[in-house]
Amino acid sequence: MFREIWYTFLEFLRTFGALQLFFLQLLRSIPIVFVRRFRLIVHQVYNAGALSLVIVMTCGLFVGGVLGLQGHSNLARFNAEDSVGTFAAFSLLKELGPVVTALLFAGRAGTSLASEIGLMRATDQLSAMEMMATNPVRRVLVPRFLGGVIAMPMLAAVFSCVGLFGAHLVGVNLLGVDAGAFWQQIQATIGPEDVWEGIIKSFVFGIVASLLAVWEGYNAIPTAAGVGRATTRTVVITAICVLILDFMITAVAINFGD
Amino acid sequence: MTDTDKPLIEIRDLDYARGRKQIFKDLNICIDRGHVTAIMGPSGTGKTTLLRLITRQLVPDRGHVLVDGVDIATLNERELFGLRKRFGMLFQNGALLTDLSVFENVAFPLREHTKLTNRLIRHIVLTKLHAVGLRGAADMMPSELSGGMARRVALARAMVMDPEILIYDEPFVGLDPISMGVIVRLVRRMNDALGISSIIVSHDVQEVSTVADQSYLISGGKVVASGSPDELHNTSSELVRQFMHGMADGPVAFHYAAPNYAEQLLGRDAD
Ligand SMILES: Nc1ncnc2c1ncn2[C@@H]1O[C@H](COP(=O)(O)OP(=O)(O)O)[C@@H](O)[C@H]1O
Ligand SMILES: [Mg+2]
Repeated sequence: MFREIWYTFLEFLRTFGALQLFFLQLLRSIPIVFVRRFRLIVHQVYNAGALSLVIVMTCGLFVGGVLGLQGHSNLARFNAEDSVGTFAAFSLLKELGPVVTALLFAGRAGTSLASEIGLMRATDQLSAMEMMATNPVRRVLVPRFLGGVIAMPMLAAVFSCVGLFGAHLVGVNLLGVDAGAFWQQIQATIGPEDVWEGIIKSFVFGIVASLLAVWEGYNAIPTAAGVGRATTRTVVITAICVLILDFMITAVAINFGD
Repeated sequence: MTDTDKPLIEIRDLDYARGRKQIFKDLNICIDRGHVTAIMGPSGTGKTTLLRLITRQLVPDRGHVLVDGVDIATLNERELFGLRKRFGMLFQNGALLTDLSVFENVAFPLREHTKLTNRLIRHIVLTKLHAVGLRGAADMMPSELSGGMARRVALARAMVMDPEILIYDEPFVGLDPISMGVIVRLVRRMNDALGISSIIVSHDVQEVSTVADQSYLISGGKVVASGSPDELHNTSSELVRQFMHGMADGPVAFHYAAPNYAEQLLGRDAD
C-alpha cells in the first residue's frame, strides 16, 4: 500500500520533471519559430481562436445573463440593483472570463490539439518529419503552443465583453436598471489593476492549457485508445490546474491589492 | 567528402531490446554503396526497428551503426539532420502529413531546405509525382488516397531531394500488380541511373528477389543468411528454404512464443 503510494508519487515527480523540461524545450525554440515560421503561428492563432470563438461567445452571453439575474435579485435586497453592472463586470473580468474561457478552450481547442498531435505520432508523421531533417518540435508543437497562448487572452476578452452585454440585456433591458447607472458604476469602481488581473490570469491559463494539450498529444501512446486517453486527460488535468492556479493567483493579487 | 573505401553503412555487434523483449542480439550487417540491399525476415522480427536504428530514430543498447565509417551515435543534432538529408525514407504506411495536399507533401522537403522558386518546385514535384503515376492526384488530400496510392506519394516525397540513400519499408504491400511492376523497375532504375544506394525491407521474397543485389535474412535477432537472391534460393539451410519458399513448418516458428496450445485451451496454463 505505502509502496504503491510512494511509486505513484515518484512517477508523478518524474512526469512533472519531464513536463518542465518539455516546457523549456518549447521556450527555447520560440525565437527561431517566430523568425522562421511566423505564418504557422498566425495560422494556429486563427485555428485555436476560430475553433473556440463560437462557444466562447455563446457561453459568455448566458453567463453574463445569469450574472444579471442573480446580481439583480440579490442586490435588490440591499436596494443596490444599480450595482448589477459592477457586480457582473468584476466577476467576468477577474474570474469567470479567464477561468470559463480556459475550461472551454481545453474542451474545444485543447482536445483537438492533443488528438491531432497524438495521431500524427501514431501515423509516423512526426518520425517522417525527423527523417526529412525537420524538427517536429519547431514545426508542429511550438506554433500550436504559441497559437493557444496568444488566442487565450483574446478569447477571454471576448467572453467578458459578450458577458457584459448579456448582463446589460438582462439587467437593463429586461429588469429595468437605469442604463446610465449601469455603466457609471462600472466606470467608477473598476480600475486598471482589475483588468490586469484578468489579463494575467488568462495569459497563465493559456500557457497551461496549451502546454498540457501539446504535451499529452506528443506523449500519447500511439494507438487509437492511447490518443483517446490523451484527449480526456488534457481536459481533466487542464481543468484541475486552471482552478488551482486561479486560487493561487487570486490570493497573490488580493495581498498585493492591500 | 565521402570515403569510398568504407562500406556505406555498417552495423557492428548491435544489441537492442524493447522492454524485456530482446529484438537484436549481436547483429552484423554491411550495406554496400550503389547496391540494392534487401533485408528480409518474418513480420515482427524487427525490420522496421532496424531501419529506425540505422537512421538514429532509435539508439542501440550496445554496438555501433557506422555511416561512411562514422558512428552516428556521436553526431550532434545539426550533424544528424545533415546526415538525414542524405537519406530518403519510405515509411511502412506512407506517413504523409495529413494536413497538407499530395503536392505540398512532396514539396515539403524542398520548401523546408531549399530556396527554390515556386515555379521550380512545381516542376520538380510534378516530375516526381509523374514517376510514380500520380501526377493527376496532386491536388488530393492524403485522406482521399488508398493505402497503395499513399505509399506511392510517399515514395515521390522520399525521392524529391535526390537522396544518396533510399530506404524502403515494405514498399510492395498493398500495391496492385501493375504499380508493383512499375515501382520495382523504378527502384532498380533510380539505383542504377542515379547511383543511389537502396535498402529494401520486405517479407515479400518474390518481389525482392527481382531487384536485390544482396539480401540479409533476419530471424530471432540475428542474420541467419546472407548473399545474392540466387544463393539464398539454392541454399541447403532448412531455415532459409522455409522462408524463401513460404512453408509454415520449419526452424522458424510461425507461432509467436506461447504456452502449449492444448493446455491453454483446457485452461490448465493458469496455475
Ligand atoms: N513501441 C513498441 N513498444 C514495444 N515493443 C515494440 C514497439 N514497437 C515494436 N515493438 C516490438 O518490436 C518487434 C519488432 O517490430 P517491427 O520492427 O515493427 O517488426 P517488423 O517491421 O519486422 O514487422 C515486434 O515484435 C514488436 O512487438
Ligand atoms: Mg515493419
